[in-house]
Amino acid sequence: MGFAFSPNLKANVYEAMRLSSSLGKSLFFLHVGAKSPEKQRVFKDILNGAPMGPSSIKTIWESGDPVKVITHQCKKNNIDLLLLGALQRENVLKFYLGSIARKLTRKAPCSVFLMIKPSIENVAANHMVVNAFKSTQTEVTIRAAFEYARSMNIPNITLVDEINQSEVDINVDDDFSLKKSTKRKEELNKEEGARLSKILSGVPKHLVSNKNIKSQNIFGTRGYSISHYAKIVRADILVINSVEKRLFFLSRIFPKDLDYILSELPTDVLIIKPSANV
Amino acid sequence: MSSSYYLKEFFGDLPKNIFSGFVVSLVALPLALGLAIASDAPPISGVIASIVGGVICSIFGGSKLTITGPGNGLVVVLLFSINTLGEGNLYQGYLFTLAAVVFSGVLMFLFGLFRLGALSEFFPSSALQGMLAAIGIGILAKQAHVMIGITEIKGSTIEVLSKIPDSFLFILLNPTRENLIPAFIGIVSFFILIFYSKLRNPLFHLIPAPMWVIIFAISLFYYLEVFVLSGSGLSADLLISLPDNLLANLPFPDFSIITTKRFLAAVISITLIASIESLLSIKAVDKLDPEKRRSNVNKDLKALGLATFISGLIGGLNVVTVIARSSVNVNNGGSNKSSNFFHAIFLIGFVLIFQNQIEKIALPALAAILVYTGYKLAAPDNFIRILRVGKEQAAIYLITLFITIYGGIMTGIGFGIVFTFVFHVIINKNFFIFSRNFFKPNVLMYLEQESGNYYISVENFCSFLNFYKLKRKIGEIPENQHAIIDFSLCDFVDHTVMEDLSDYQRTFNRKGGVFEIIGLDSHSADTQHPFAIRKSLPSNDFFNFQNNLTKRQVSLKQLASILNWRYSPENSFITSKLEAFTYFKTKTLNYQYNELSSLENSFKIVDVSYSEGAFIAKDNLLATFMVIDLKYSIPKFVLDRDFILSTFSEFSNYSEINLNRFPDFSKRFYLAGSNKSKIKNLFDSKLIFFFESHSYYRIESSGNEILIKGKSRVLSINEIKSLLSFSRELLNLLNNKYL
Repeated sequence: MGFAFSPNLKANVYEAMRLSSSLGKSLFFLHVGAKSPEKQRVFKDILNGAPMGPSSIKTIWESGDPVKVITHQCKKNNIDLLLLGALQRENVLKFYLGSIARKLTRKAPCSVFLMIKPSIENVAANHMVVNAFKSTQTEVTIRAAFEYARSMNIPNITLVDEINQSEVDINVDDDFSLKKSTKRKEELNKEEGARLSKILSGVPKHLVSNKNIKSQNIFGTRGYSISHYAKIVRADILVINSVEKRLFFLSRIFPKDLDYILSELPTDVLIIKPSANV
Repeated sequence: MSSSYYLKEFFGDLPKNIFSGFVVSLVALPLALGLAIASDAPPISGVIASIVGGVICSIFGGSKLTITGPGNGLVVVLLFSINTLGEGNLYQGYLFTLAAVVFSGVLMFLFGLFRLGALSEFFPSSALQGMLAAIGIGILAKQAHVMIGITEIKGSTIEVLSKIPDSFLFILLNPTRENLIPAFIGIVSFFILIFYSKLRNPLFHLIPAPMWVIIFAISLFYYLEVFVLSGSGLSADLLISLPDNLLANLPFPDFSIITTKRFLAAVISITLIASIESLLSIKAVDKLDPEKRRSNVNKDLKALGLATFISGLIGGLNVVTVIARSSVNVNNGGSNKSSNFFHAIFLIGFVLIFQNQIEKIALPALAAILVYTGYKLAAPDNFIRILRVGKEQAAIYLITLFITIYGGIMTGIGFGIVFTFVFHVIINKNFFIFSRNFFKPNVLMYLEQESGNYYISVENFCSFLNFYKLKRKIGEIPENQHAIIDFSLCDFVDHTVMEDLSDYQRTFNRKGGVFEIIGLDSHSADTQHPFAIRKSLPSNDFFNFQNNLTKRQVSLKQLASILNWRYSPENSFITSKLEAFTYFKTKTLNYQYNELSSLENSFKIVDVSYSEGAFIAKDNLLATFMVIDLKYSIPKFVLDRDFILSTFSEFSNYSEINLNRFPDFSKRFYLAGSNKSKIKNLFDSKLIFFFESHSYYRIESSGNEILIKGKSRVLSINEIKSLLSFSRELLNLLNNKYL
């Protein structure tokens, strides 16, 4: 858990404690900046006030470039999941999420959890939205999402399959082209449905049972659609693939898909790195 | 369906389309001549545009029912271009303008090629209306003088407008024969146009109003020539002159100034107006199509571009899609592109055969048509309609109107866009809502997998600036489906969007789908949210006059309480499924009021406002209808007085049924339907006797509902009472038969 001394600190810490105890993992707190007795005292007070917590807690204080320090510490301590408090809407002035969180989501060696509505009280999550578009990472993401849903007791899971408009590749001009495009979409829906049920059948049974699983295909801009969808259905958590590794220098530029989500977080976002386990 | 099926249908519909093409050509000829003259171009140039447009667009175009030819919106632009490019020399200016027309044809073709049909959607609706009104005033100002025989008035729109009283005064003070005859022709023509739609005589309506004007002008000329010794008294400059040899003397555009700035400006404004006018017309004609087809606007733009290019090369004006002529086409049974083609062929025929007669048409008669056109564009009721939407819309309208009159079309529409945006920022008290979200997508659409409904959610803001994004998504929904638009995440919805959405609502209704708008309820309660939203909601769409009911409304209310029925005097959207009746197939339903309905909902009497045709060929109608809701289904049929008295296209799917057993009935009534044996079974002697013994109503069955229409106007209380007893007896007869 990376933390800064913001007004949300207490809520962020509480969320982290709850999460790590539910998952049964140990918790590392990492503050990038100078260690002062005052800060230490405030932080201790918060930790002691928490009603529950994981078995082991470690706090690390280190100065330096936030992105570098955090990625380094993640590697060093073999971190599975990095938690970050985040602001919902990106702004030029509020640069926290703007650059640091963005860089971290790209560079962190592990999965990243962005929290926008941490709360001191325990608010049970009810609805999880998971991306399911055609990608090699998707299967891992879906499985991780189901594991997370079981640990956190989330009953409703919606798999959102975003299909790029370019796959339809028909411009609707008149009745004829409208018919053609509607037909093509139906075909794509069928194909994607088959693909999804194949993935779902690969998920261990005990993870799937007792869950209310739905799927929704959306034709539209990838990344944007799922973010907007999560807002509409008032999802409590959105689980997405991390960025796929690209070989070419030019494509290292931050991808547009994730951009849409990060610039205006619809809800808490969990970004799954394929190598890591939650 | 195979291609041979289409071919068969095409040839089957050919007679209808030839007829419709003929009627359209009767309107097109006077308009083509008039629009060309109003642009200071040779009269024949308008006819060339019509002919080229008709031939090219019917072959390459994408829409089925549109008629193409010279457009009224372009008059002002072309007039300006001919006068400025020629620097006073009108013929030279005309040749330069032809070059500009050729270039604008290329541009329009490119617009179509690059799928920029959405171009017109970037203009806020009130600003667009203001611009069109300014064009209307521009046409009206100049032609009002010509209408009373004074041709030498020149100057800016304002100057010309201010001189109109002087011109009338001049005629009154100098009542010579030479002055009075042209003024007489013009003013009588103008009255023909105004009172045409008031006279509901179907025989009179077989010939369109502009043709009556032409017939009047030509016959008056011959009367004066033949019976009055001193001749017509019309000087040559008040008559049309056509080139002696039509085919040999085609002018060729002069390309020598194509590198100058003013030429470029002319090309751009011509293209802009031509595209806007065409796109608006195509959209409007789609709403009239009885077969509810959707036009391919980009294909249309390409065809119009090509037609304009060719037309310019041989001396014709711009080719655009024109609404008035297209609506005449729809009303006369045109069903496919061939009617546009035949209208061109008939025009060629007219020009070649009746060249001498055409040269006898007095300019004041044509000017009267143009004054009427201009008036329709700038009509005060347009302004009142916009004022009802909101004061800020009226302000945008007026600003655009005045700037267009003073500074030209490009400046006018430019300022209109800027002011609209400024108003939006002021209303929201927030600039960031626009700046932050302008480039972001804001629309999500998906097919809900559980319900099968299409769901669209819009966030941030939705105004003319980003409306195309929403439109593209809506466009992907088949109109016979259920669509839900949710604005609950959207902070601001402007008037342009609301207006267009209500059009979508209509289209979906027409095609059997459902189009719902949700999530705006909270907006009206929130003061931060703009006027336009609340004002644009259908139920508040009209002024509320109900504070004091009219006499008729009071009696209706009394009638309702005697019958123990419900009565609501308010204007509202149409509540019954009137679209299902063939009577409304080619008509646009506007709103209903004075709804009187029985508690169990089997009877409903309602006054309906609907319109037929569009623009100058538009008739606004008000009539009282009775709708009977049946608990069972009966065959679909139409029972009318006589075939000739009804519009032709109404019966396209039905064939006439003669009941041999009742020759008297068949003589008096026209009965049509598709299922012959069932209808014959339905019309037994009791029912026949009932119809024969009662006063005449037009009766139509849509299967589960019966529509009864009395006169083509609102009925009086007593007429409503007899309509009521008629309906009750009819329902009794049917109930006895079916229950």
